[in-house]
Amino acid sequence: MFKFIFKRIIQSVIVLFTIITVTFFMVRFAPGDPFSAERKMPEHIKKNLMEHYGLNDPLIVQYGNYLLNLTHGDLGPSFTETRSVNQILRASFPVSLELGGLALLIALGIGLPIGITAAVFRNSLLDYVPMSLAMVGICLPTFVLGPMLAMIFGVWLGWFNVSGWFIPADRVLPALTIGLVYAAVIARITRGGMLEILSQDFIRTAKAKGVPFPKIIIFHTLKGGLLPVLSFLGPALAGIISGSFVVETIFQIPGMGRQFVQSAFNRDYTLVLGTVILFAVLITLANLLVDIIQVIINPRLRFEDS
Amino acid sequence: MKVTLSGISRIGASLVAGAIVLFISGCGKGVPNADEGVAKGILLYGNGTEPKTLDPQRATGVPENKIISALIEGLITYHPTDDNLPEPGMAESWESNEDASVWTFHIREDALWSNGDPVTAHDFVYTYMRMLAPGFPGEYSQMLYILKNAQEYKEGDIEDFAKVGVTAIDDKTLRAELVGPTPYFLNMVKHYSWFPVHPATIEAHGGIFDMTAAWTLPENYVGNGPFVLTEWRPNQYVRVTKSPTYWDHDTMKLNEIYFYPVEDANTEHRMFWSGLLHITGTVPTNDVPHLRENYPDLLHIDDYLGTYFYRFNVTEPPLDNPLVRKALSLSIDRQAIVDKVTLGDQRPAYAYVPAGFNEYPAPHKVEFNPEKAKELMAEAGYPNGEGFPELYLLFNTSEGHRKIAQAVVNMWNKNLNINMQLENKEWKVYLDAQTHLDYDVSRSAWIGDYMDPITFLEMFTSGNGNNDTGWSSPEYDRLLDAAFKAGNEKEHFDLLLKAEDILLEELPIAPVYWYTRIYMMDPRVKNWTPKLLDNRPYKYIYLSE
Repeated sequence: MFKFIFKRIIQSVIVLFTIITVTFFMVRFAPGDPFSAERKMPEHIKKNLMEHYGLNDPLIVQYGNYLLNLTHGDLGPSFTETRSVNQILRASFPVSLELGGLALLIALGIGLPIGITAAVFRNSLLDYVPMSLAMVGICLPTFVLGPMLAMIFGVWLGWFNVSGWFIPADRVLPALTIGLVYAAVIARITRGGMLEILSQDFIRTAKAKGVPFPKIIIFHTLKGGLLPVLSFLGPALAGIISGSFVVETIFQIPGMGRQFVQSAFNRDYTLVLGTVILFAVLITLANLLVDIIQVIINPRLRFEDS
Repeated sequence: MKVTLSGISRIGASLVAGAIVLFISGCGKGVPNADEGVAKGILLYGNGTEPKTLDPQRATGVPENKIISALIEGLITYHPTDDNLPEPGMAESWESNEDASVWTFHIREDALWSNGDPVTAHDFVYTYMRMLAPGFPGEYSQMLYILKNAQEYKEGDIEDFAKVGVTAIDDKTLRAELVGPTPYFLNMVKHYSWFPVHPATIEAHGGIFDMTAAWTLPENYVGNGPFVLTEWRPNQYVRVTKSPTYWDHDTMKLNEIYFYPVEDANTEHRMFWSGLLHITGTVPTNDVPHLRENYPDLLHIDDYLGTYFYRFNVTEPPLDNPLVRKALSLSIDRQAIVDKVTLGDQRPAYAYVPAGFNEYPAPHKVEFNPEKAKELMAEAGYPNGEGFPELYLLFNTSEGHRKIAQAVVNMWNKNLNINMQLENKEWKVYLDAQTHLDYDVSRSAWIGDYMDPITFLEMFTSGNGNNDTGWSSPEYDRLLDAAFKAGNEKEHFDLLLKAEDILLEELPIAPVYWYTRIYMMDPRVKNWTPKLLDNRPYKYIYLSE
């Protein structure tokens, strides 16, 4: 197993390096620069700033410097904020992680029971109704659901702040907005996975041997039936954390999604790179973790194979 | 068996419900709401975007301006009702020589920094030396070029700052020698680029050239304004509280202000309706008609010192021909755009410089006359649009700009029988295209910095970095230069009017409308007056049922 993990880490480092390199040059080749604005800054001021940030050096030198600083964990200064990229990410990453974690809990808490129920009572009302709702959930984008929840529970009922990230209750609406959409996806995947296992021979054998039905579900089906959900979780967690731009904007959340999108708009080179690196690490880690758990759970897989 | 499964989900559901109840009952709202604000004198203010810096010499944006004006006070400050008038700030009195080229300010005895130090004339000299230091990246440093030898010092031609036209005669007397007569100098000084900073604080945090701006963090910030910086939570809010050392703190009624950086107009709208804001920064455009009808007491529409216009690239045919540009300008029905598209009581721009400046009459030179436009097109060699090439109207990606561009392009195509198309680009790409004259027609806007038409007209002088049209006129340059040096206001305005005449005759730009500021305000906010520059002294504002 350690050999497997070691191999994967080496692979990840290569992937990360490629991502950093591609991002570094791509963002530089985009038209515009961090200091362009509707009211232009005087040429000599701009020259000073470029000089200060080392942007006048040849690109390859800048690239070398960036990598060198990166080895010390220094992501550089931000071009648009007074805070450094490290400071910005240190402040916004925990927020995104908390929001993403809660959203995932909600997604699992709602999606799993619904999916399992639907599979067990296939082709009954308990299947059709939740699954149709799930379809609606998948189709409903967060930029519709978020404002709707904020209007109902924030403005009309007054139970929650419509925006902000000040008290624990402020987590509810945004986490619900993301969570419900993912719950729908998870419900569908769970149902599919469960159905596949339920049609297997060993389940029929268990039934024929007179094993009680709940026992069959809990001890024989769940483990295999939830495997597809598990492999979905890795990319889902990464997607939730990096893709929460819309929800963060709707609810005024100081998370990373907003930093990511804004930095690209602002050509804040270092902040773009910083967020991309963090996301890449996150996605790699999440996938690695899922792979390991999968092998542990699924007897048909060995570490060598994956 | 069914019982077991639904039992599990029931337990889950009650857990979630329990957690939610705990959340709600366990805590308050975390931030004051509008009612609490009224009771405790806390103003809740929607402030657009997250401030990039709170350093007055490095700031450039409106949201920054709003916060910095609460923290720092200049020599002259904002008048509560009329932006044309000077209001004593750090200077309790001032005088100028006859031709308004040398000004002397008397700093009030009781002016203190928030750490208790007295505010002195030396602080101002230090501030301007910092702004004008050749390596200092102050984007507004050109504002200070009105001081004698300032430009030469900034550009490194002279090295002795003593030669620059700003001197501390003694601790409380500051003298400014200008490059020439400047009757509108007091209006310029109100701009935050002239605000003082506390020298010891700057020096203690890396000195003049420090780029980390550590001195602007709440634990370090020293200001001289009505409020002190108490809390700065990035992307959440900036909180300022009443300063005990402010010279006029007896007048102040507000205890705190929360500045919320809300970029999404719809989010801000919900914040207002759920009582998290007293004043919003903007209103979703589509809601304006509904609000106007149902909540006229909450909706505010104020004139604002800004012009929305289109730039023409005059370096390429057919737009190098003034007749064509005039024809295009003549076929824009500005009234229709204001009434049907922008919806916020904006005023059709019949000139470039917006109305509202003291004694500067906005000329009514730009009109809507499609018949005359057709004649001009024929005269330019494109009768009924024949042979007119396909052109593109460039705008930065935004729903609002698209609607206006769509309307204008339709007017052009219909009235002149030409083929104009829309082209949108992402913000920075759009800026890049505009700078490199890589466009035919480009959406533009300009907001005035201070109360003089020069703030609008200067940008179209030859070679100005913000010209971006390729247009230049020696006569225009000459008039602007003469206006700079005019000894009295009448002469100054006359010269500027002549210059604007040339601009509106040659039309390197087509003005579309003059801005308004549209916002929602809680009626319990008192003493809030509409202002052209949207700058107001916070010390007079209060909250009351």
